[in-house]
Amino acid sequence: MVDLCGINIDNPIIPASGTFGYGYEFAELYDINILGTFSFKGTTAKPRFGNDTPRIAECPSGMLNSVGLQNPGVDAVIETELPKLSKVFNKPVMANISGFSVEEYEEVAKKLTQCDQIGWMEVNISCPNVHGGGMSFGTTAKGAAEVTAAVKRATYKPVIMKLSPNVTNITEIAKACEDAGADGISLINTLMGMRFDLKTEKPILANTTGGLSGPAIFPVALRMVYEVANTVNIPVIGMGGISNANDVKEMMLAGATAVEIGAANLINPYICKEIIEELDNA
Amino acid sequence: MLKGSLEITQKRELAPDVYELHLCGPAAEAITKPGQFMNIQIEGKYLRRPISIADKFADELTIVFKTVGEGTKILSKMDKGEKLDVLSGLGNGYDIEKSSNTPYIVGGGLGIPPLVLLAKKLVKAGIKPNVILGFNNRDEIFYEEMFRGCDVKITTMDGSSGIKGFVTDTINRDEYAFACGPEPMLKAVHSKVTKGQFSFEERMGCGFGACMGCSCKTITGYKRICKEGPILEHEEILW
Repeated sequence: MVDLCGINIDNPIIPASGTFGYGYEFAELYDINILGTFSFKGTTAKPRFGNDTPRIAECPSGMLNSVGLQNPGVDAVIETELPKLSKVFNKPVMANISGFSVEEYEEVAKKLTQCDQIGWMEVNISCPNVHGGGMSFGTTAKGAAEVTAAVKRATYKPVIMKLSPNVTNITEIAKACEDAGADGISLINTLMGMRFDLKTEKPILANTTGGLSGPAIFPVALRMVYEVANTVNIPVIGMGGISNANDVKEMMLAGATAVEIGAANLINPYICKEIIEELDNA
Repeated sequence: MLKGSLEITQKRELAPDVYELHLCGPAAEAITKPGQFMNIQIEGKYLRRPISIADKFADELTIVFKTVGEGTKILSKMDKGEKLDVLSGLGNGYDIEKSSNTPYIVGGGLGIPPLVLLAKKLVKAGIKPNVILGFNNRDEIFYEEMFRGCDVKITTMDGSSGIKGFVTDTINRDEYAFACGPEPMLKAVHSKVTKGQFSFEERMGCGFGACMGCSCKTITGYKRICKEGPILEHEEILW
């Protein structure tokens, strides 16, 4: 049992937003109630198609993505996705919210607060794949604090700020979120990167740049989780390239209260189940 | 979807850089329709590689691929007796119920293999497909003998075998069409007929609908090539 910002979860394993949809693709594979919880697909006020394809590129020990926050919009999430999820998942779910203005974050949080199924609000101020929103709030202490305060005004549920690693001083941003009332911090989102296609001599991703995830970023994530956990007095969720039970143990040693698992779900859809079983048997 | 391992039971080079692997194991069961695919783990690569199923017989599957990059190069070096970790039974597959009695089956290059199992199923259902296979030249031709019970036409760009020109040069009536091949070919076939099913490709993250890496816009909304595709219906396609 783990206390995550005032809500107990059975274990610290949480599939990360953007790698687990709204849960039901995975519910066809295994009983997702074995999870601590999961963070659903980043949700905005209006439906979004996201970026053009290609959105995915292979990298050594990892991948780049530039999906660009494709989602059906908060109203459809409330009307369609959450009722569908309630048939396969009976625990509080983590809502992942995103926006292009402080007001949008506030609006989405306000609407989702009405849903009993939602336990936490994970606030994405770190999406590297959209312009004029997402990461631009997470790269300054002032922007991060503003969004934190706005979402705190909009909801009584615990607010977890999801941080970008694409900053010079991660502890300064984390501290600003804590001071603005955040109940927890999750990190790291993806690291910005790019690849070229040598045949066309053009970037592989239609959006030129994307976010790097996978085992390649694990040491970077671990270092940042360690720094933030030693700076703030609120729970920290560690993520970034976790691929097995030993990585989870390292994240906990670095000071994480729980962990999120992202890209690994795409390679092995059973990875969270396997990690939970391995930690149980240890 | 089934995650499992498949053993390589046979390997041959069909044309320069084009390989055929026969794979055997319980994960083959998840393939229920022609046009479906597997996502294959490649030693030393992070993302799995999506490859279409060419044929299926009991618990044996056939895949065909061209060594276009590092991943397929590694796969081409694997041998009989070695095992592949796969996510099997992915994608919607062709719906043969919608076929007319004399449909076109149109394939271009590496788009041809998935049409083999399709043709087999159609012939079994008493349907008489007209198969048109397009290649760049005579040296690249493979699989023309795999379409038993069908009328088969070959086209080559340079005229070194069969009819010189594009596959669409031989389409002379508005008939139901099943197509798989490069996007310009799909588009050309699409403009010649008013009904049919078209198989699309996209770079994928997961292959089973989780990551939204391969989304496309259609008349009927956003679709994931890996989950609601790779086969799209004629009337829903937006170019």
